[in-house]
Amino acid sequence: MRSVCVVGVGMSKWGEVWRMSFRDLHTEAALNAIRDAGVDRLDALYVGCMSGGLFVGQEHLASLLTDYMGMRGIPAMRVESACASGGMAFRAAFIEVASGMSDIVMASGVEKMTDCAPDDATSALASAADQEYEVFHGATFPGLYAMMAHAHMAKYGTTREMLSAVAVKNHQNGAKNPVAQYPFEITREQVEKSVMIADPLRILDCSPITDGAAAVIVTTEEVAKSLGKPYIKVLGSGVGTDTIALAQRQDLTTLRAVTLAAQRALDMAGKKIDEINFAEVHDCFTIAEIMVAEAIGKYEPGKAGQAILAGETGREGAFPINTSGGLKSKGHPVGATGIAQVVEVYKQLTGIAENGRQIPGSPTIGMTQNMGGSGGSSVVHIMEVAS
Amino acid sequence: MAGIVGYGAHLPRHRIKVEEIAKVWGADAPSYKRGLMLREKSVPPPDMDTITLSVEATRNALKRAGSIDPKDIGAIYIGSESHPYAVKPSGTVVAEAIGATPDIHCADFEFACKAGTEAMYVALSHIEAGQMKYALAIAADTSQGAPSDALEFSAAAGAGAFIMGNDNVIAEILYTHSYMTDTPDFWRREHQFYPQHGSRFTGEEAYFAHTKGASRAILEKSGMKPSDFAYAVFHQPNGKFHQRVALELGFTQEQIDPGWLAPVLGNTYSGASPIGLTAILDIAKPGDLVFMCSYGSGSGSDAFIWKVTDRIDEVRDAAVRTSKLLEENLIYVDYGTYAKFRHKIRKND
Amino acid sequence: MKMFVPRNWREYPSRYRLEASRFTKSGTVYYPKRMVDPETGDTEQETVNLPLSGKVLTYTVIRTSPDQWKDLAPYALAIVELEDGTRMMGQLTDCNVEEVSIGMEVRLEFRRVQTEGHSGVLSYGHKFVPKWY
Repeated sequence: MRSVCVVGVGMSKWGEVWRMSFRDLHTEAALNAIRDAGVDRLDALYVGCMSGGLFVGQEHLASLLTDYMGMRGIPAMRVESACASGGMAFRAAFIEVASGMSDIVMASGVEKMTDCAPDDATSALASAADQEYEVFHGATFPGLYAMMAHAHMAKYGTTREMLSAVAVKNHQNGAKNPVAQYPFEITREQVEKSVMIADPLRILDCSPITDGAAAVIVTTEEVAKSLGKPYIKVLGSGVGTDTIALAQRQDLTTLRAVTLAAQRALDMAGKKIDEINFAEVHDCFTIAEIMVAEAIGKYEPGKAGQAILAGETGREGAFPINTSGGLKSKGHPVGATGIAQVVEVYKQLTGIAENGRQIPGSPTIGMTQNMGGSGGSSVVHIMEVAS
Repeated sequence: MAGIVGYGAHLPRHRIKVEEIAKVWGADAPSYKRGLMLREKSVPPPDMDTITLSVEATRNALKRAGSIDPKDIGAIYIGSESHPYAVKPSGTVVAEAIGATPDIHCADFEFACKAGTEAMYVALSHIEAGQMKYALAIAADTSQGAPSDALEFSAAAGAGAFIMGNDNVIAEILYTHSYMTDTPDFWRREHQFYPQHGSRFTGEEAYFAHTKGASRAILEKSGMKPSDFAYAVFHQPNGKFHQRVALELGFTQEQIDPGWLAPVLGNTYSGASPIGLTAILDIAKPGDLVFMCSYGSGSGSDAFIWKVTDRIDEVRDAAVRTSKLLEENLIYVDYGTYAKFRHKIRKND
Repeated sequence: MKMFVPRNWREYPSRYRLEASRFTKSGTVYYPKRMVDPETGDTEQETVNLPLSGKVLTYTVIRTSPDQWKDLAPYALAIVELEDGTRMMGQLTDCNVEEVSIGMEVRLEFRRVQTEGHSGVLSYGHKFVPKWY
């Protein structure tokens, strides 16, 4: 298997982007990545998109997006695994380059979520859950994570304050991210007085509805070197799956798909979790960050909340999590999220994170963890700065 | 002998008080309560309808019937004026839910508030004719009264289910009699949401003429007199009519009290006298005679004379008693919640 | 999403009668029914009907609900472990949502789960209600 690198990254504007369409958002991110890497061709495109069909009525979108970014004719494929679509697209690009089939591949992600009524967006997101045995009964996405939160609180004594600490920390980071949808700080009081969505989760425990796209250039080390830009190496890639129906999980307080994905990525990278300096994780809800931090093996089950509360996962802590602001502050255009995580890891490893968001002490190894639905799928990547 | 081998009821837990409705329409609650002899009525939440009430009442009936195979039920008839579909049977859902399909007769019955007792009569007839082992009759409604109409104070929801058969009978059927004329005292035209009624015309010429007609005929047919019965139950569009017809026919307050549910339940339409019968069976003793007379606008009454058997003592607590459904675990709602539950608020599609 | 008729109709055995798969080798019961035991790969099974009571394993209260359930909001949603150990998700209805708790005993009742507008099909199934007798 060939060594695989990321050499250029690009993002579109993120937020409620009323003036840009689905294709505009993707084109902007793709062109930014191509310019950033300085490549003059692409051998293939893998685009992550959860539900072009439900959000904007657009399927068959890889060809469309390839055409609009000026790459008509190249092989292009859309990858879907709910909110993990972006991370899975990155893995597909990784495999394509590692296999020797292509040398320069774009992995991108896009979601245009505000072109439909909020209720329709909620239904589209809920399509990641079991339609017949969860959504049929009125399950919503916040509802599923809320049930995990109650179970986690009951089993481990996880507190309201710990959930709030996740939101407060991620907004502290996001306030420094120029693309963040909500680039401002919030207080614990604000979180705890915000409107209840699905007990115990309040609106400030939830990631927002976001329009946005992100793209990265995945290539060989040879090409990366030749471009003369800073680049990072992908050391490990892992995917795990689980039941998408929450009721069928053995344990409602753990995310088995995340554990499987992290173990596989770490094994491939030949690393231990303690060798990872920082991570971008899938904090679609505050409880998700706590459960993921445990599932990747960084903290014992039931211990992550306390660590987050103690500041261990802050930008200057022992194990920074979501320096980008996470899904919570940066926004969560579902298909784009997994790619944007790679963008942040690239920036942190190459030392170009904006506005004083840089992790002190020059981290060398970072992790991305992207999750589909309520944990039915997860994809983890481990990346190292090129020396 | 033909009769009831299993019976069960189901009621919504939600209630609304007369005062709460009166407050909204500027009505004088004390005089309504006095006039209708009614304190509150049941309110079905949006996830409950004639079909769901029927399934739950039937499950209770099956518990009391003992270990019968639902596949041995040869017919299912639901009498209701509030079938959820105008076209598409309610009974098919119930039959699927209890596992009685596909070798089974099914039709939904409609005759205002006596559709349920007509279903009971037809089910009994199948048994007496030896056509099938068991037949299921359900009397259920989630009736609506037009906002501010007197009916709004009483229109309620509930279901009673009766499995008829020949063996292991709880209450044997001794006599039946039906009395019917074309007397339009209450109706709902196709596509109309709320029924209309003939106001005070629903009294003498409609309710009283038919309940008394059927009752007198069955008493004559049987050679029995009111004092022969342990209990009596009549259709109860409100608290008052039930009491008045019973006393005028010569029954006593003691005989009607156990089945007189309207004061705290409202008018469950098709379910009224059948649910009253379930409450009576819950406390009846072997050998008791029970008098029952329904009334359906349009108009007609079905009268039944039941004789309770020894088996009642074995089965009455095999399922929840009606009095428990009536008195315990209640949720009182305000008019806004009631209006939302009953789809009286106009919303966007 | 529109509940197209056959999609609901084919689930009647699960939704109306709570039919589940019990696999021969492991004896494990799965709801809804499935063709393969995910733990053993066994495909030999018999159909069982789930018990009608259980206890709440976890829950939430949905306060911003999809359109379909606005008339019921706020409504509780729960994962319940039935008496035979099988788990299922459903709404917990007829209750004060502020009093729902983990470990709460519930009963299953046949309810209307979805109503497709004013003219569409009605979908039935089971909901949980607090056990009170």
